[in-house]
Amino acid sequence: MGEPGTKEPLSLEELEASTNMRTGRKHVLSILVENKSGVLTRIAGLFARRGFNIDTLTVGPTDDDQVSRVTLTVDGALHPIDQVTKQLHKLINVLKIRDLEPADTVARELALFKVSADGTQRGELMQIAEIFRGKVVDVTKRAVIVEVTGTTDKIAAFEDMVRPFGLIEMMRTGEIAISRGRSET
Amino acid sequence: MRAVDAVMECLKAEGVEVVFGLPGGANLPTYDAFVNGGLRHILVRHEAGGGHAAEGYAKATGKVGVAFATSGPGATNLITPICDAMMDSVPVVFITGQVRTELLGTDGFQEADTIGITMPVVKHSFMIQRPQEIPRAIHEAFHIARSGRPGPVLVDIPQDLSRAEIDYEPVTDLRLPGYQPRVEGNQKQIRQAAKALAAAQRPVIYAGGGVVNAEASDELVEFATSDRFPVTCTLMGLGAFPAPHAQWLGMLGMHGTRAANYAMDEADLICAVGARFDDRITGKLSEFAPRAKFIHIDVDPAEISKNVPAHIPIVGDAKHVLAKLLIEYRAIAAEPERLAAWWTRIEGWREKYPLAFQDSSDNEIKPQYMVQALHEATGGEAIVTSDVGQHQMWAAQYYDFPKPRRWINSGGLGTMGFGLPAAMGAAVACPDRIVCCIAGDGSVQMNAQELATCAQEQIPIKVFIMNNGYLGMVRQWQELFWDGKYSHVETGEFPDFVKLAEAYGATGMRFEDKTTLVQDMKRAIETPGPVLVDVRVTREENTYPMIPAGQAAREMVG
Ligand SMILES: Cc1ncc(C[n+]2csc(CCOP(=O)(O)OP(=O)(O)O)c2C)c(N)n1
Ligand SMILES: [Mg+2]
Repeated sequence: MGEPGTKEPLSLEELEASTNMRTGRKHVLSILVENKSGVLTRIAGLFARRGFNIDTLTVGPTDDDQVSRVTLTVDGALHPIDQVTKQLHKLINVLKIRDLEPADTVARELALFKVSADGTQRGELMQIAEIFRGKVVDVTKRAVIVEVTGTTDKIAAFEDMVRPFGLIEMMRTGEIAISRGRSET
Repeated sequence: MRAVDAVMECLKAEGVEVVFGLPGGANLPTYDAFVNGGLRHILVRHEAGGGHAAEGYAKATGKVGVAFATSGPGATNLITPICDAMMDSVPVVFITGQVRTELLGTDGFQEADTIGITMPVVKHSFMIQRPQEIPRAIHEAFHIARSGRPGPVLVDIPQDLSRAEIDYEPVTDLRLPGYQPRVEGNQKQIRQAAKALAAAQRPVIYAGGGVVNAEASDELVEFATSDRFPVTCTLMGLGAFPAPHAQWLGMLGMHGTRAANYAMDEADLICAVGARFDDRITGKLSEFAPRAKFIHIDVDPAEISKNVPAHIPIVGDAKHVLAKLLIEYRAIAAEPERLAAWWTRIEGWREKYPLAFQDSSDNEIKPQYMVQALHEATGGEAIVTSDVGQHQMWAAQYYDFPKPRRWINSGGLGTMGFGLPAAMGAAVACPDRIVCCIAGDGSVQMNAQELATCAQEQIPIKVFIMNNGYLGMVRQWQELFWDGKYSHVETGEFPDFVKLAEAYGATGMRFEDKTTLVQDMKRAIETPGPVLVDVRVTREENTYPMIPAGQAAREMVG
């Protein structure tokens, strides 16, 4: 980058503040952590203490048993993502953080819906499930359990569709995400 | 050997000279290891005293302080020093005992979830689960405490594990893959900063405790004087730039000088070094330095743009970055004359608003004068610690610290009771220096028990209580912002500090006459062993100047 003193004077007017404070969109943070006791508490505590909300959080093993992956979604309209990731990086057990680009990411969530449906409604419900590539995993006289996988939006759309039937219960795992292409997440 | 004997070896390998602590059931094995451990241990009278002493030791030397406590109440007594060390980036390793592993989670006797309770206020912590992990955890704790942005690290050791036999081999490698502090600073950014500084018409260097932590005072002085950059320091940075000095504006912030605060207000470029734009500095954030662009140099990336967006962020420690910045800046050969108008403006403020107070016309000791008298009695060469309150601000304003690590106080947390034990730690660290504590009559009582430790160990701290008979800073706020209605701020006549000193085995004195104060202080300093002096000062003096909380620099009063 050349020698010191390279003359190319700078005007203070040109300087722009470096960080955007709010991005306004949802962020999926994929975080590799050392598999040590208390790591999740450290992450959750950090969010609580700094007033950051976690929208969803999943934790699971990776192919390395010393390392776990935490996938966390945060609303970039509410929080300065840059500050969130910098604070996370300060945790000694956090190895790597990727703020996944939505376009380069495959994100999925699993949901189970328990919907009230007697004989007359069952058919229609199963049709809807099929359109969403859902699976009926349990049927009783008065209720059906449907399993749906997909993006958060798809699951929300399915929820809207089945609500009128009488949604007894819904369980969602929170998103996991992986980057597209050859490189590791 | 037993794991606890390995702990002793690890501490020695880390260069530890002294441990401050107090034993109990859960760390009995550790204390057994002290018997032949070859380490100096100072028995404190309260774990908080031990924790603050370890902080004082660390702040005076830059080395890692060490404090020990037992489980449960011993550990909870350490919370304040741990939090204090976190807020002020002080390298301290805390080692606590824990109940036996079979009792964990059963509400066993003296069980407290020390790791859980301290998690929000540590840089890191280690819960020991297997005895053979202990040596590595200790070394990693020291490494984390002292490197990057320093801070407190806690190691919690269950009693049964500490007693276990392990194969001890010195640990030579660290396994901290998630921890790689960056100290060098990005060369391109540094060059950009140099150019910005060369272009600035109204620059200010705003330096904080990070300069002290990075041992970068020489680099700061050299850089600042490579041109005529005006310099101001935070409460934590005092001494990083020598006071007095032609380019020294004084401290900035709530009780800073008008010259410093007005210069920040009118600056076109502020170069923040190892400082974190705390609310006591910025006042009303939306009106803070409205005309300025910011260079922000900090070893902790999370501090950059946390409160004030930086235009030129530089992640690195002050020592490395300032040295490189100097080279870049010199090479530009900026025109020093461009700063002439700025200096005329600053000189105007300095002349019009010097730090000043109305001295008494009789023998009454004004609190500000008390600090000046201590400066005179010590030739300005003492290590000075303080508690929290008005006396702290006056000490910061009037002592004029010529070097770093001479001023030791609790800034971020504002911990009353910090001063006396911190002085004890500093005196243990620097036996050849005069160590004085400017204490508050309220604050000093929060850790006065450590006088017994000082008497027993013959630690010759000189504690000067600025006795106004009030929780003075709170009284001042009630006077100014709560219609003068005093609510529970009067401490009155109790205790009798001279008698208290004597009860603890220290020398007690009382000074009430300003005409003999310097001589009297010299006499106190020359008295061997710990000395506690009750200095009676004006009762209702206010600390000025002042930016009322949440207001802008322009709104300074007094
Ligand atoms: C542990 C603790 N409790 C309460 C406070 C709030 N506080 C800040 S300054 C102050 C008054 C301190 O009185 P003193 O030590 O006599 O100092 P002075 O202001 O009178 O110089 C108080 C109560 C604090 N900072 N720390
Ligand atoms: Mg007082």
